[in-house]
Formats: sequence, C-alpha cells, structure tokens
Amino acid sequence: MLMRLSVIIIPALIFYIVLNGVLNKTDVYDAFVKGAMDGLKTVVSVLPTLVGLMVAVGVLRASGFLSMLGEIFGGLTERAGVGAEFVPLVFIKMFSSSAATGLVLDIFEQYGPDSRTGLLTSIMMSCTETCFYTMSVYYMAAKVKKTRWTLPGALLATVVGIAASVVMVWNM
Amino acid sequence: MLNYIWAGMLLVGILYALFTGNMEAVSNACLEYAESAVTLCITMSGAMALWVGLMEIAGQAGLIEKFTKKLQPFISFLFPDVPEGHPARGYIATNLVANILGLGWACTPAGLKAMEELAKLEEERGTPGYDKAGGKRKEGRAASDAMCGFLILNISSLQLIPVNMIVYRSKYGSLNPSGIILPAILATCCSTLAGIVYIKIRYGRESGC
Repeated sequence: MLMRLSVIIIPALIFYIVLNGVLNKTDVYDAFVKGAMDGLKTVVSVLPTLVGLMVAVGVLRASGFLSMLGEIFGGLTERAGVGAEFVPLVFIKMFSSSAATGLVLDIFEQYGPDSRTGLLTSIMMSCTETCFYTMSVYYMAAKVKKTRWTLPGALLATVVGIAASVVMVWNM
Repeated sequence: MLNYIWAGMLLVGILYALFTGNMEAVSNACLEYAESAVTLCITMSGAMALWVGLMEIAGQAGLIEKFTKKLQPFISFLFPDVPEGHPARGYIATNLVANILGLGWACTPAGLKAMEELAKLEEERGTPGYDKAGGKRKEGRAASDAMCGFLILNISSLQLIPVNMIVYRSKYGSLNPSGIILPAILATCCSTLAGIVYIKIRYGRESGC
C-alpha cells in the first residue's frame, strides 16, 4: 500500500514543477539543462570521496571485522528481524553521511535493497541526519563552544526517526 | 572528523585481516570496491541531472522563493525571539526549504549564513561572550536558543524525497526503488515532530544563555 502510493509522487512532482515553470513563462528547457549540468558536476565531485570510502568499507568487510561486529550485536538485531550490519550503520551515520553511504551500498549488496534490512536501511538513511558533523560545522560558523540543549534534542530526533523506520518496515 | 573515521576503517580492517588471515580477500576487495564506486557514480548521474535540473526550473520560476515566504509563520512559531525582517529569518527559511527539497549543496551555505546572523543578533543584544573577542575567549560562546532549535531542526532531517537512496536502490536491482518515498516521508515527519516538541519545551526556559 505504502509502496504503491509512492509510485505517483515523482511523476506528480515533475508535472507540477514543469507546469508551474511554463505558467510563469520560465525557459523551462534551458533551466533544466543548466541545472542538469550542475547535478553532473556534483556527482563528479563526490566520486573521489566515494572511491575512498567504499574501499575502506570493502577492506573492513573482507577482513571479517564487520561480521565480527555483527555477531556482537546479533541478538539485538535478530529480534527486530534485520541484518546485524544495521547497528554499525546507525553509529557511522551520526558522524559522516558519505561514510554511511559506503555501508549502505554494502548492505544492499549483501541483503538486496528490497529485503527487510534493505528497506529499513533505505528509510533510516532518509529520515536521519549526520548529527555530530552538522553540529561541528554549524557551530564553527558561529564560533560557539557550548552547545547547551542541542545534542539531547538532536539525539532524540534521531532515535525517534530510527524507531519510526522500524515501525514502517513492519507495516510494509 | 572524517580523517579519523576513514583512516580508522582502513587501519583496523588491514590489521584485523592480518590476525584472521583474510589478507587475500582484502587485497581483492580494494580494487573491486574502487571499481564499483565509479560504476555507481555513472548510474547516479542520470537521476542527479534530472533532479537538479527540475529544481533549477523550480528556482527560476520562483517556486522556491514562494515556499520561503510561506514558511515565515512557521519560523515565527519556532523562533519567536528572532525579530521579523532580521536577515537570519531569510537564511533560515532558505535552509529549511533547501532541506525539504533535498538540495544538499544549497542548504549548507544558507545554514552557515543563518548561524552567523544569529550570532550577530546575540552580539546586538550584548549577550555575554558575543562581543568582538568573545569567540576566542577561553570560556567561549554559548549557543542561543534560536541556534539550538535551528540545529535540532536540521539534524531531525527534513528531506521529503530521498533521491540518493532511490538511486542506490535502483542500482542494486530493487524492483521498486521509489517504494520507500512514502514511508520515508512519514518517518521524517516523526523525527521532525519529536525535534519540534523538544524545541518548544526547552526554548526560552533558561535565562542567561
């Protein structure tokens, strides 16, 4: 049910954006081409990071370290019905989004994106942010050292997001 | 931060392989994963170009600006002590809209500007630590309520369409890559609502920040 409704969202969005552009007499095609170029530039700029991080995850996996971690957390994740790799992913996601991406792709490879673990991973990655990274970068801009109640609130939102993901996957 | 994570992953992995005798597998994995990173980028290019292209149309047609204006009452609700017409409001709105639309590259610059403006606001108010030398002093500046709230909102994740995840899913052979959109939106709403409730509870409760 959730999956079927999701299908119409992207076509509807494209329809709305293009229609709105035409009604506002925007050069929709020119704008699109310009934006598409920017998008491609972004992809190229993440390529080096992606190579670095995926190799790092590959090394961790091949060495057997990830499955060792998985065994430690095995009981916890088994009860939720998901692969053990999910636990390290949650922690890494709090520090670095791109490092987490490496692990996500590895989970997709191992379990498949439509498995329960794959779905949970997809949703969890979509509803949480890199807590520590965002805080350090943003507070650096304001030269703030004491973060007061930021961290508890951020962690609360993250935990609720993870819990919501688990509930969603149960209902899919 | 990433420096330590990345180095740690590689060093721990190679050392662990030394003890478990998986060195050959590690050696193969290096090349294999480097190659798959490149393939992934090629697959990703299509969706990224499409998405950013659409957003450019939305931007030029004034759609993003319209959303920014619509967001003002919401900003008044969340940040009651940021005066109307203050530049911080504009940046906060742009950052939130970019976040909601998943324009990663557009939300960080606006977010950083918002933080600078919020710091200026505290400076105007004469909050301790926010005078000219305050940022360098040992005890340091403490975050204002608006800053805490703004960051929690950002970290609670606002993105509606998880474009990256959809692309990765289709690359790895998902039968329905975009099937996660709706559950992801619902989960995002949950985490953001939790963040907002927390902000409303803590905002303006402690004097002398």
